[in-house]
Amino acid sequence: MTFSPQLEERFASLIKRYPPDRRRAALVPMLLYAQDELGQVSKELVEEVARRLEVQPLEVEEVVGYYSMLRRQPLGRHHVQICTNVSCMLEGGAELWEHACKKLGIGNRQTTPDGRISLEEVECQGACSWGPALLVNYRYHHHMTVEKLDRLLDDLRKLE
Amino acid sequence: MPEMVKLTIDGKEVKVPAGTLVIEAARAAGIEIPAFCYYPGLSLQAACRMCLVEVERMPKLMTSCTLPAAEGMVVRTDTPVVAAARKAMLEFVLTNHPLDCPVCDKGGECELQDMVFRYGAGESRFDEDKLHMPERQWSPVVYYDAPRCILCYRCVRVCDEGMGVGALGIVHRGVHAEIAPNGGDHLECEQCGACIDICPVGALTSGTYRYKTRPWEMTHVPTICAHCADGCTTTLGVRNNRILRGNNRDRAGINGEFLCVKGRFAFDFYDHPERLTAPLVRVDGSFEAVDWPRALDTVAAAFREALGRGGAFGVIGGSHTTNEENRALARFARQALGTGNIDHHRTGDLATLLETGAPLARAADLYTAGAVLVVGANLSAEHPFLAWQVRANQRHHGALVRRVASLEELRDGALRGELAAAGDLVVVFNDAVKGAGVRELVEFGAGLGIPVKYVALVDYANSRGALEAGLVPDAGGLALPEMLAAGLDVLWVVGANPLKKAGVEFRRPGFMVVQDLFLTETAAAADIVLPAASAYEKDGTVTSVCGEVQRLRRAVRAMGPKTDLEIIDWLAHRMGVELRCDNAAPPARPDGRPDLVWSSRDGLFTSGTLGRYSKILDAVKA
Amino acid sequence: MLYNEPSPLEVKVLTRRFGLPDSASLQTYLAHDGYVALRKAQEMSPEEIIEEVKRSNLRGRGGAGFPTGLKWSFVPRHSEKPKYVVVNADEGEPGTCKDRLLMEYDPHQLIEGVLIAARAVGARAGYIYIRGEYRYLIEIVDRAIDEARAGGYLGEFELYTHTGAGAYECGEESALLESLEGKRGVPRIRPPFPAVAGAFGCPTVLNNVETFSAVPAIIRDGGEAFAALGTPKNGGTRLFCLSGHVNRPGVYELPLGFNLLRMIEEVGGGVRGGRKLKAVIPGGSSCPVLKADECDIAMDYDSLARAGSMLGSGGVIVMDESTCMVRVAARLMRFYAHESCGWCIPCREGTTWLRKLLARIHEGAARARDIDLAGDVARNMLGRTFCPLGDAAAMPTIAFVEKFREEFEAHLEGQACACEVAHA
Repeated sequence: MTFSPQLEERFASLIKRYPPDRRRAALVPMLLYAQDELGQVSKELVEEVARRLEVQPLEVEEVVGYYSMLRRQPLGRHHVQICTNVSCMLEGGAELWEHACKKLGIGNRQTTPDGRISLEEVECQGACSWGPALLVNYRYHHHMTVEKLDRLLDDLRKLE
Repeated sequence: MPEMVKLTIDGKEVKVPAGTLVIEAARAAGIEIPAFCYYPGLSLQAACRMCLVEVERMPKLMTSCTLPAAEGMVVRTDTPVVAAARKAMLEFVLTNHPLDCPVCDKGGECELQDMVFRYGAGESRFDEDKLHMPERQWSPVVYYDAPRCILCYRCVRVCDEGMGVGALGIVHRGVHAEIAPNGGDHLECEQCGACIDICPVGALTSGTYRYKTRPWEMTHVPTICAHCADGCTTTLGVRNNRILRGNNRDRAGINGEFLCVKGRFAFDFYDHPERLTAPLVRVDGSFEAVDWPRALDTVAAAFREALGRGGAFGVIGGSHTTNEENRALARFARQALGTGNIDHHRTGDLATLLETGAPLARAADLYTAGAVLVVGANLSAEHPFLAWQVRANQRHHGALVRRVASLEELRDGALRGELAAAGDLVVVFNDAVKGAGVRELVEFGAGLGIPVKYVALVDYANSRGALEAGLVPDAGGLALPEMLAAGLDVLWVVGANPLKKAGVEFRRPGFMVVQDLFLTETAAAADIVLPAASAYEKDGTVTSVCGEVQRLRRAVRAMGPKTDLEIIDWLAHRMGVELRCDNAAPPARPDGRPDLVWSSRDGLFTSGTLGRYSKILDAVKA
Repeated sequence: MLYNEPSPLEVKVLTRRFGLPDSASLQTYLAHDGYVALRKAQEMSPEEIIEEVKRSNLRGRGGAGFPTGLKWSFVPRHSEKPKYVVVNADEGEPGTCKDRLLMEYDPHQLIEGVLIAARAVGARAGYIYIRGEYRYLIEIVDRAIDEARAGGYLGEFELYTHTGAGAYECGEESALLESLEGKRGVPRIRPPFPAVAGAFGCPTVLNNVETFSAVPAIIRDGGEAFAALGTPKNGGTRLFCLSGHVNRPGVYELPLGFNLLRMIEEVGGGVRGGRKLKAVIPGGSSCPVLKADECDIAMDYDSLARAGSMLGSGGVIVMDESTCMVRVAARLMRFYAHESCGWCIPCREGTTWLRKLLARIHEGAARARDIDLAGDVARNMLGRTFCPLGDAAAMPTIAFVEKFREEFEAHLEGQACACEVAHA
């Protein structure tokens, strides 16, 4: 399996961080960074990472299924993650979530037919004092309102 | 001696070695603390929370499976708080557990069922929808039903720690967590089935047994596995004279937790369609089935006739036959036939090892020795239980384990230092070491300056017993290959298949009688074939590779075949000879002939002429 | 730009550089007492550093509130194995968003705290375990580490960031270590504690971002000065994350012992829309809720413990009279059921049972006995699970059911949610 030079460089730097007999420590970061590039954790990726870290593919599978950010299926180019946990809920997070679903016509962990936007209802993202909040991929959007969400989704549809 | 500590459990004073877990200390005092995830010999989990106990001066209930006993500790397992905790844990575990006990294979021998009866609530307060997942088949013999799984992780640990395979893992999280096989949707492993045996509930079930019967409808017959020489107890579940399963139900054998794929699944050779059920007599070049009296009369007459004219006899005994049968055969040969041409297929050079007088190791020694040196053998494939012992020793005691392919690798002395530092040693060798090699190996051991014991690996369930029963040539007698090549007047083969070996030199004897289960290569060459009972169809004793003499218990009655002991006895009766019951079987006389020793190197999916008649084994290895 | 305006009532110790131009840079840090404490620590013996931290009465800011100096003193002085420092930056407790700011605005303060801890215990390497969603912070912290290394502040010490990938459970210290080692974030059996067998089986100091970030000030100005900011046994300030129905939600640094009602009124600008206060979750979702009449309370570890709750991780969630407490309880249990690692039976099954049960009560599909059942199921989990997550799920549920029983009853048998109708 071939990765971009940037990802290869990232892997190389990751593996150096841990004791030589504990290369496995790089597993979770490697999977997440690889997913960022490839869109998902494929079976091939599992096998490749297992080979590089000298563990069994099953040991990688155990980890993949555990962490909620790791996913076996690709999602949209812009993955919109709306928090509905209590602090955001008190500020209207649940209504934002329902609005987004209705507007895009998709549900949780689903992607628009053009593959651009996917939605996920997520747990606390550490933006409680500035809620309701959402993440688009790794970018935070605070103090959201239905109007701001509409503009954001419209922009994401256009954004390359 | 480890330091002893005194603690009180339910008012009883208990003295245990420091470091003993409270759950074990309680068991030692006869107090049961229930647990699912705790399993002696496997790593600790503290996951099922069934073993919670009250401990004085500790604010919360403690898991007794992770709590080491300490001097003065006061533990209570019989309080309302503990009872309420157990009841609560069972209520939790049942929330997503299907109540399908009436159709579950485990019903009747299910640990969860037993615990709910003893510690649980009469009814559930859970009114929500249960999670459901379809059952999955992971191999011809292993099925997984996720909703029944209580996630005690025993299967994961027995596979990883016990078997050293690691074919099972845990995927997803929270209430969706489940056990997963290493092949994604299937198991890539030895199919030993240890995961099925150790499962406390019906989450892992056996493909060969499922839906066939209920456990209480069977009789459970612990006997010794017929396949390799390791001497594992396999408990055969029998109903209506049929063996429905083999497992390790009572863990009462020297094998403890262990059984391999053969011990668990390959019992089915006994009712293979090719099984011989009537004596066969060669008439004009082809076999004809005859009744027993006629067959026995024919053999007795032929023996008498040859004796009368001073003909030469040869007797080849078996490695699956019992000690009693082997001794009877040896007596018959020497007393009734007057021949010293007696032998069996020697699969390891135990004879030379016995001659050296070196101490012999028992299977238990492999678990306790400071070091284990394996010469030649692939222990995991050829002697899976001995391999299990070595792995457990490594895991529990940090034993040093070294393997070399041959004696040459020992000659440079590189291993000498670390072996000598290990305190004591067990040396295990197969047919790569024989004759002078055995003497050299024993000298190597003696030079280490520590106690050393030896195991000469042999192939079959009673290979060692055959040697010790005197199935070896008398002075001047012919050995096995010589008997085959000699074109004797009479050749009598009991439970052996020497013609299976490729390229063996064979000259037809004047008369040849073979006793066996199947029409083997050897039986096919006979003039008369007597169908013999299998190990699961008779009582007796067998001697394992490490010398444990253990009882075979008859599980089923063979219809047609007779035990070899009966056949020998009837022949003696028909010939009018009284076999003297002298226990002084001649000692094994080592002849220092390495050419007489060769192992079949059977692996997990073969075992001489038995394994190839197991359909289950065929299905699994495919 | 700051996420919220500071309050004049704040006592700015850890947040003193927030809002400075380029506050994350080494240059700014150095211009404002940066690495002064490290230089001082290098003149001190490890024992003296630990003593100073003990004098500060600093207690763990992650939630459990264990005395930091004491925790450090458990690390064996002499060890054949290497020792590690691990920073818990897996901020995930609902209601909590402070570590994010400490890393975003002042990463060097955190690094300096780590370096002092490393000196105190003799560690040779450290890891900052940052939750996966905080990707932008990894870039900021990595840059700061590079600057510190280039500036010679790290010396022989190696410090790295390490990303999580979405698991609340990894905020539990032993689960974090498992995750750091590339495994499922399932807690370990303890003892041994991380101080003896932590990262890679080696002695490890593991603290929250805020805890480490407090260390430079403690060493620089002395433990007693830090302790004096708070109340006895509750040294210093902490970052409170005000969220929910207040006029000025935000993260504010206030001395320990600050009155909760005053925090809501004077720091947070009062309950929004002139509504009445109904309840406060005082320290993040795991802490039992306080009714309005319980909120006249000093915000320190001991006062909250006496009130049957906890200071937790500093997430103060304010709820006005329009809030449906059944809905809050149900939403929180959805979170715990989602985040339960599944290792032990009572947490795995209990959180999911309660999730379904509380949702059913909120939907008006429950019977009277279901209310008692919810409390009972939670009590059956309490104190019996493998790790604190089970307690964290059980305790709030018990409090919601006990303190707001009439609201639960109002939801029975198909009745619409009264609060939401009244305030629609």
